[in-house]
Amino acid sequence: MTQGVPLREIKVPVTRIEGHGLITVELNRAGKVSRARFHVTEGRGFERFCRGRTLWEMPALTARICGICPVSHLLCSAKAGDAILAVRPPRAADKLRRLMNLGQYVQSHALSFFHLSSPDLLLGWDSDPKTRNVFGLAAADPQLALNGIRLRAYGQEIISSLGERRVHPAWAVPGGVRAPLTAEARDRLAAKLPEAMRIAQDALALYEKSVPGWAEEVRSFGDFPSLFMSLVGEDGAWEHHGGRIRFVDADRAIVADGLDPARYPEYIGEAVEGWSYLKFPYFQEAGYPDGLYRVGPLARLNCCDRIGTPLADEALARFRATADGKAVTSSFHYHYARLIEIVAALERIGLYLEDPEILSPRVRAEAGVNEQEGVGVHEAPRGTLFHHYWVNEDGVLERVNLIVSTGHNNLAMNRTVTQIAHHYLDGQKITEGLLNRLEGGIRAYDPCLSCSVHAAGQMPLRVVLLGPDGEILDEVVRAA
Amino acid sequence: MPKVRVASVWFSGCSGCHMSFLDLDERLLELATKVEFVYSPIVDIKEYPDDVDVLLVEGAIGNSEQRHLLTEMRRKTKILVAFGDCAVTGNVPSLRNPILREEVLRTVYGEGEVPGLEEGEVPQLLPQALPLHAIVTVDRFLPGCPPPADRIWVFLQGLLAGKRPELTGADLRFG
Repeated sequence: MTQGVPLREIKVPVTRIEGHGLITVELNRAGKVSRARFHVTEGRGFERFCRGRTLWEMPALTARICGICPVSHLLCSAKAGDAILAVRPPRAADKLRRLMNLGQYVQSHALSFFHLSSPDLLLGWDSDPKTRNVFGLAAADPQLALNGIRLRAYGQEIISSLGERRVHPAWAVPGGVRAPLTAEARDRLAAKLPEAMRIAQDALALYEKSVPGWAEEVRSFGDFPSLFMSLVGEDGAWEHHGGRIRFVDADRAIVADGLDPARYPEYIGEAVEGWSYLKFPYFQEAGYPDGLYRVGPLARLNCCDRIGTPLADEALARFRATADGKAVTSSFHYHYARLIEIVAALERIGLYLEDPEILSPRVRAEAGVNEQEGVGVHEAPRGTLFHHYWVNEDGVLERVNLIVSTGHNNLAMNRTVTQIAHHYLDGQKITEGLLNRLEGGIRAYDPCLSCSVHAAGQMPLRVVLLGPDGEILDEVVRAA
Repeated sequence: MPKVRVASVWFSGCSGCHMSFLDLDERLLELATKVEFVYSPIVDIKEYPDDVDVLLVEGAIGNSEQRHLLTEMRRKTKILVAFGDCAVTGNVPSLRNPILREEVLRTVYGEGEVPGLEEGEVPQLLPQALPLHAIVTVDRFLPGCPPPADRIWVFLQGLLAGKRPELTGADLRFG
């Protein structure tokens, strides 16, 4: 701290995202932003304390990494278990796992759009922070808020219909799943599907109608060329629970394709910075930090050749037209991609519910420990998830590596915060609404900092404006 | 009747208890007619206010910042609820407790610069993840991993009626 400089601090706990973090923005002598960083401020150490647990416990245990997308960890862990058992789950089990994951896409994406981000999008970034939340949304537009609640509830009902509970179902296991779907549950879900689809399509139409009004945010919320990574099917189609890894660049040209997910250490490196509990994965060929890539809904839509269902493919064509067929590079459009993925998920849910095999009772391959190492990979709502286990002959975990979806986006979130700070804070009088845009840039990624394994908890995303000598400048505290 | 001032926070947990709270679905809108959410991860008020009637705390206490915040919040809160198993018992975050903090962090982050080992740009990891009652007085315990939405509803209905919520049978289960 410099002597004589009044200490003033900006604290912006970032709410309406999942986890704990801090943004620091540093200014140079001219009052311009020199650096902005996004820190994750809590860790739980799953990769250490899972050692000594058994393979069979891992799906339920790792589900506790995240209560927002527990299904991702449940399914990814079960897949790593499949590899260690050296079995292929029965076809019906694969379909049921996919059905549950699609239900999760619906609930998690609905949460992100309606409960967490729509207060910014629809009430406005500069609106009163006291009511800029889902309850304020309910007061301003009761039907929209109710729609969000009902769409999320539909996704949760798919999960509980299979796994008996909405959060942390103990259902997927190495080799398959514990219980099949009943005809009653299938019929109930099928009856409610049309309402969910109507809500999803209305939300997508609302976004497309409103997006011209967000032009400045679209340009500044993390709009930069980068690589994108996701799973794609063997035929290049949108994929969420199988397939192989593809990287594309900002022109949507394929940089790497057909990569074996089990060999991820050959193309993904992980860097550590002392200022964040969240690690920094990067594309190895480009090195750190140039190997920045993005994952999640935006990346999945940029990477795939097509989605494979009619309504979603029509929406994908409109999405791509906004970028002349190249990759959509603004992270603001994670929101857009998320809404398209809800439609895609609901279309596929409809197909599964019509598939007679979905009721098959053959849902589990029984086997013991046949391999001592296994990798599970999966597209969580927020992006590609890796579980990598090493076990002894009894199936006791000796080593664990997890790369969580939000981690892949760590470099991109930092770059986004920097871009927003440059755009909105350089030489400006700092207002609450401008700071909310910093948060909004993070919210676009729908980061799951619970998921960040090394990160969890309440998210006081504190924004500190540091002067050139490290002194803390200015103070804008949001009034309670 | 003035609205009941309700707050919620999540510390070292997975946010599953908050998701289960959102699983109240349409009942959330009914709840909003009776309570005001004065502080929560799902609203935008950044400073913990004075005079909170009910605080739901999800998660164990895993780092120095959380310990500090919990103590501050306790001071400003009438009824503090340990919300879910991590807050009640330490649960999954406390699985690291038999292991030395440095070993936990070195295993996860390697031999170089490691976050959380010392107090720094991110808060220091505590040697052990603790349940709330190890640090502050807890008024009510709501178990579950997470507590199902129906259990949360019964519990809140009791609290809002000014009664001591009586959880019985299956509603007293952990897990």
